[in-house]
Amino acid sequence: MIPAAFEYHRPSDIAGALSVLTEYGDDARVIAGGHSLIPMMKLRMADVPHLIDLQDIADLKGMTIEGGIITIGAMTTQHTLITDEALFAACPIIREASLQIADPQVRYMGTIGGNVANGDPGNDMPGLMQCVDATFVLVGPDGTRTVKARDFYEGAYMTEREDEEILTQITFAATDAGYAYEKQKRKIGDYATAACAALITKAAGKVTSASIAMTNLSDVPVWSQAAGAALVGTPCDEAAIKAAVAAALEDIDPTEDNRGPVAFKMHVAGIIISRAIARAWSRA
Amino acid sequence: MTKQIITMTVNGEVKEVIAEPRELLIYVLREKMGMKGPHVGCETSHCGACTVDIDGKSVKSCTMFAVQAEGANITTIEGLGNPDALHVLQQNFKEHHGLQCGYCTPGMITRAHRLLIENPNPTEEEVRFGIAGNLCRCTGYQNIVKSILSAAAEMNAARPSSSDAIGQKTTEAAE
Repeated sequence: MIPAAFEYHRPSDIAGALSVLTEYGDDARVIAGGHSLIPMMKLRMADVPHLIDLQDIADLKGMTIEGGIITIGAMTTQHTLITDEALFAACPIIREASLQIADPQVRYMGTIGGNVANGDPGNDMPGLMQCVDATFVLVGPDGTRTVKARDFYEGAYMTEREDEEILTQITFAATDAGYAYEKQKRKIGDYATAACAALITKAAGKVTSASIAMTNLSDVPVWSQAAGAALVGTPCDEAAIKAAVAAALEDIDPTEDNRGPVAFKMHVAGIIISRAIARAWSRA
Repeated sequence: MTKQIITMTVNGEVKEVIAEPRELLIYVLREKMGMKGPHVGCETSHCGACTVDIDGKSVKSCTMFAVQAEGANITTIEGLGNPDALHVLQQNFKEHHGLQCGYCTPGMITRAHRLLIENPNPTEEEVRFGIAGNLCRCTGYQNIVKSILSAAAEMNAARPSSSDAIGQKTTEAAE
């Protein structure tokens, strides 16, 4: 498979990348790990006359954890998210979810920035970032702005990011909440039939806060406020979990595809959400 | 589009090659550098037959443009061993019948090489999870896993033991 010809750019800073983006407009795209974009270019489903490789931009790399705030550079790979002990201590759900993405080779290359910015409803990071209430930093010709992960997704491959902007960083708070990332997939490397991220805090045997987000069950990731609200104040017993699952299922809109019909996906989603809540509670 | 000169270190030798930006690394390695070890299997990032080691990462070289590897340090199966001096992994694949048709083997061994550097003493489950990006249609994986575990034991016997790597533990296993 041979992609269409393109011109390759490898800027060493964000300003250099922005100037190529501004000059070529729709004809230019940035490439991070490339494991979504290159397959599409090989199939000639993505036409990219100007490819901007971000690998040399130091400002997009690295991770800091200061004052309870985690800041991750967009080019940080899933492999690093898995192996970084400080990140695991500050927010363990990130490792648990990252281990369930694709396969080892893909995780060495796949980046958190590419995963969240691409807008693929099958990607795991967008739902996860909504669960942890992350903020995305976008840099464009007019400067820097931030968008909450919960406000970022508009439709499949459609996001709040403007064409000439680059997603540079992701920030979210460290948490000691009970956590779980549950994912049902047909085989390793597949996207989720249904996946759910859950964070639950507990005091005196009752849920004090709960954040529930789902992957690949709509054309955007879905953070279900109602599912979280159904758990707060309860002892997270069977009745409470049932109510939360019912609320979450109200918020999703899966479509039929090669992973199954809608009824099957609703069934799988219910089980996955219920398992995620139960396991997060057991760790709270 | 114009071709460009790409410089990379392949199996310890600095190489220069002229390629268009759209040329995939696997084809540049095979057709322009004569490295026929890494294979083209599915060409869709699934099978792992094209796996090479790039700057300490296992990478499917069908899913990377050669220009992206400018300045990189690449190891292919040719850099691990040769018929006169087999790598420990190659020797163990041979002894434990870790291959049948052999098509996936260069990718399997190159991947296993990196896996054992990161986790020198893996459990069977960790081996299966660690090679989940490499597909074999012949062996059923049983003997591949056996070969890797045996190579790990042999490599560990030849050096002081080191601690387990993190990030490999999970309940999942290769299909």
